[in-house]
Amino acid sequence: MNWDWDYALRSLPVLLEHFAKYTLVATVLGTALAAVLGLVFAVIRRLRVPVLAQLTTAFIEFIRSTPLLIQLFFLFFALPSMGVTLSPMTAGVIGLGVHYACYCADVYRAGIESVPVGQWEASVALQLPEHATWTKVILPQAIRNVLPALGNYAIAMFKETPFLALITVPELLRTARTLGSDTYEYLEPLTLAGLIFLAASYPTALLLRRVERRMHAH
Amino acid sequence: MNDTPTLFDWTGNLVSGLGVTLLITALGTALMLVVSIVLGLLARSQRLPVRGMARTIIEFFRGTSLPIQLWWLFFALPLLGIKFDAVFVGVLAFGLNYGAYGAEVVRGSINSVPRTQWEAAIALNLSPWQRMTRVIWPQAIALMIPSMNNLFIQLLKSTPLLYTISLVDLMTMGESFRFAGGNETVMYLALMVIYFILAYAVTFLSNMAEIVAKSKLGRHEGLRSVFRPRKPVPSEVAP
Repeated sequence: MNWDWDYALRSLPVLLEHFAKYTLVATVLGTALAAVLGLVFAVIRRLRVPVLAQLTTAFIEFIRSTPLLIQLFFLFFALPSMGVTLSPMTAGVIGLGVHYACYCADVYRAGIESVPVGQWEASVALQLPEHATWTKVILPQAIRNVLPALGNYAIAMFKETPFLALITVPELLRTARTLGSDTYEYLEPLTLAGLIFLAASYPTALLLRRVERRMHAH
Repeated sequence: MNDTPTLFDWTGNLVSGLGVTLLITALGTALMLVVSIVLGLLARSQRLPVRGMARTIIEFFRGTSLPIQLWWLFFALPLLGIKFDAVFVGVLAFGLNYGAYGAEVVRGSINSVPRTQWEAAIALNLSPWQRMTRVIWPQAIALMIPSMNNLFIQLLKSTPLLYTISLVDLMTMGESFRFAGGNETVMYLALMVIYFILAYAVTFLSNMAEIVAKSKLGRHEGLRSVFRPRKPVPSEVAP
């Protein structure tokens, strides 16, 4: 069997369309959820909210050490038996977002710790209320420091979107496999899917490395 | 009549699935270490073609997502006339993908050995081979174990993918429980707990390896650090 250019060119538009509609959307929404939820986790732990802080730590440890795929299956197949039915895409975004939030929490912690102690002391001296200290002084500095690390997680998440195929989200790889099973020719669609991933993730990673280097230089 | 299976009925199945998961994790980890070391050393070569080739392989496997590599090897490669056994495909995909990440760990660790150690080894007139095996490598190993541990856990956490290439692993057994009408909530929680325990066991072994590597360098650590949990980080951000 040889590479069929005609077939490859015919599958490319379908692949790109599903890539944009599902793979990219899931990555963007998942990253947004992870960024927000991770920040919430980090602040809860930092403020040492009684009970909640310990529960958050246990939850983070557990989620990080268990496979994303089983978490996705849990959301998609087990929740309905408890009366919560999610669409494949919703389950996928929640699964990716919560999984990566558990990593982002640590990134934020490092970011918060990197804000000089003097900034906290100055806020106290200026009699800023607690929430203003966080929102006006600490977080703007912390978040700026952690942006490159968050970008890295976005790339890592992007490369895990094929897991969503298994809970029936028609993302890039599922589309490639569907095309393949229609024609019994998996070679072209799967190869193209791999190349699309490479074309999207490699330049982003290079760009992030450059941003990171520039931020470290300052 | 009650034919809804309980978790207890499935113990035998889970144990046999666990065997497959552990087998491929062990073989995949072994291949990953070999690939990491070979590519990591080649990526430090003075010769541009060698270095360029190593870098291309590393970036290719890092850039193209593990599930694609796995499925390409399993579904697409046979169309080119090369057909591998599913176990072999699993080991190959895990070994190459995480090996590419591991190569960066090896390269980074060797580069982090203090400059003065290189200079001292040269001053002592050690041959390049002796310099590497007696001075640099033992120190690099102690540096690379924590990051390698992350990759081992990432690899372990990717093994449920094996069920998509028709291997009867832990995940497959969990799914068969659901199809047989068992309570899926219980099963998925059980699977997560099993993986959690496995991940902790991997960390335990890595911690022991780190203590051994450090004690060989004369840096002794208390045995209590064996139980210290580590924080698995996705491989994209592992140094």
